[in-house]
Amino acid sequence: MEAVDPNIYRLAIFVLAIFVGYYVVWSVTPALHTPLMSVTNAISSVIIVGALLAVGAAAAGAGDGAGFAQGLGFVAVMLASVNIFGGFLVTQRMLAMYKKKEKPAAPKPETEQ
Amino acid sequence: MSVNLAAVLYLVSGILFILALRGLSNPETARRGNYFGMAGMALAVLTTLLVIGLGGMTLVFIAIAVALGGGTGAVIARKIPMTAMPQLVAGFHSLVGMCAVLVAAAALYAPAAFGIADPMGGLKALSLVELSLGAAIGAITFTGSIIAFLKLQGLMSGKPIVFKGQHWLNLGLGVAIAVFIVFLTASGGEARAAFWIITAVALALGVLLIVPIGGADMPVVVSMLNSYSGWAAAALGFTLENTALLVTGALVGSSGAILSYIMCKGMNRSFISVILGGFGGETAAGAAEDTSGRTVKQGSAEDAAFILKNAGKVIIVPGYGMAVAQAQHALKEMCDALKEEGVDVSYAIHPVAGRMPGHMNVLLAEAQVPYDEVFELEDINSAFSQADVAFVIGANDVTNPAAEDDPSSPIYGMPVLQVWKAGTVMFIKRSLGSGYAGIENPLFFRDNTMMLLGDAKKMTESIAKAMH
Repeated sequence: MEAVDPNIYRLAIFVLAIFVGYYVVWSVTPALHTPLMSVTNAISSVIIVGALLAVGAAAAGAGDGAGFAQGLGFVAVMLASVNIFGGFLVTQRMLAMYKKKEKPAAPKPETEQ
Repeated sequence: MSVNLAAVLYLVSGILFILALRGLSNPETARRGNYFGMAGMALAVLTTLLVIGLGGMTLVFIAIAVALGGGTGAVIARKIPMTAMPQLVAGFHSLVGMCAVLVAAAALYAPAAFGIADPMGGLKALSLVELSLGAAIGAITFTGSIIAFLKLQGLMSGKPIVFKGQHWLNLGLGVAIAVFIVFLTASGGEARAAFWIITAVALALGVLLIVPIGGADMPVVVSMLNSYSGWAAAALGFTLENTALLVTGALVGSSGAILSYIMCKGMNRSFISVILGGFGGETAAGAAEDTSGRTVKQGSAEDAAFILKNAGKVIIVPGYGMAVAQAQHALKEMCDALKEEGVDVSYAIHPVAGRMPGHMNVLLAEAQVPYDEVFELEDINSAFSQADVAFVIGANDVTNPAAEDDPSSPIYGMPVLQVWKAGTVMFIKRSLGSGYAGIENPLFFRDNTMMLLGDAKKMTESIAKAMH
């Protein structure tokens, strides 16, 4: 029997992650939808991984395209950093504002979750 | 570092991102969730640094780039007013989009750097398809988000820009992208010009896709672009064979898609009709005609204060107008005064009350309104019949009963807050004008409605003053 193409495994991870995302996101309380957007924005900057690899192109002996790739990588690392720092910090700032009522009142759940 | 260890660490980082989102199910756990997210990001970055090796100038370059970008990001995060969150998020999406394009290009020019080169130093066909898809989606996200940013920031009119043959043009550009992806793949990555053509066409497509969408539909657009940025990251996750990127892309993509769905449902609009655009531009000219014969009951701040003070239960319905007038802090003070009088105060939030999902909740949280006094539409709608006063501030269309009983109304079918079931409805409005869609609100002319005409902030302040 021939071996399964590793791409199929990646596809499997991707599809399963979509399902995880579906259930996790539906359980997010609507009151936190704005922080959800800013934090998803921050984590999507994990694309910085690709940018870092590009910066390391020369070290990896990537041939004639290496210099160009390094330049692109430098800009990409910078843009992704704006997003990482900006995204996580603004999320933190927002989340810090959500406060509960001070005096204990009749517990009324905000949502069903 | 061994390739296998790196792959495991990337997986851990993906799991930390899942936990980051999981934390958001409750404001109590959300802060911890955010730390999980940060840890996941730090882990992914460190792993990558160890993979490429820390030698030479590489690390210096990276440090400079991170310092420049990170510094800018930190300053923005600290300074940005909460009312500007939608445009900030749109701006951030554009950066993710651009980043995807740059990384895709780097992968095309130096595949060996990413460990994805074939023995000849070229790229596999599948990698080429994935990276050009990533670049195309990234480019659409980039320009689309810029347009969204300009519209939200008010630098560009919120009016939809429509012209003849627009949808056919977009379709044509989409087909062109597909053709050039095939061309690039067939050339084995040699035809690099094709890559740049794909990017250029996608940049144009991003602009064309967003310009016809009116300002009122911006909450959907911002969510949709959030989703796009995720799919762009996922496409590159396939190219770079990186689990952290794959998982994150899938999470962000589905998150944005779900938020778009929630926003569409909140406005009773189909996703397709939002995408096709053209809504919210023309204001109904007919509205002025039939108002003339009907009378409106106007009240003063003193009248309002008297009724509110003697009420048992008051529900506040804030809209974006409140945020525009910066009235949220004055509102909080008024409500504190009410609570001192023993009045039960709660807040009702419509899904599209702000300019992005959950925006109004953030604005109220900023004004130090406790989150357990704030309720979503489906949780509070049944409570209006027991309320003595519904206090509508800066909202209009989301309280329009025509959405329930007038099939000819453009917003018919949209879920609305049933404020009219309360004993008295108070509207703070600058004038008797109509809402964003140019729709007249018949509530203004009802007997149990009191119109408080004036600036939301000043009016709220005077009511609070009149209570003492």
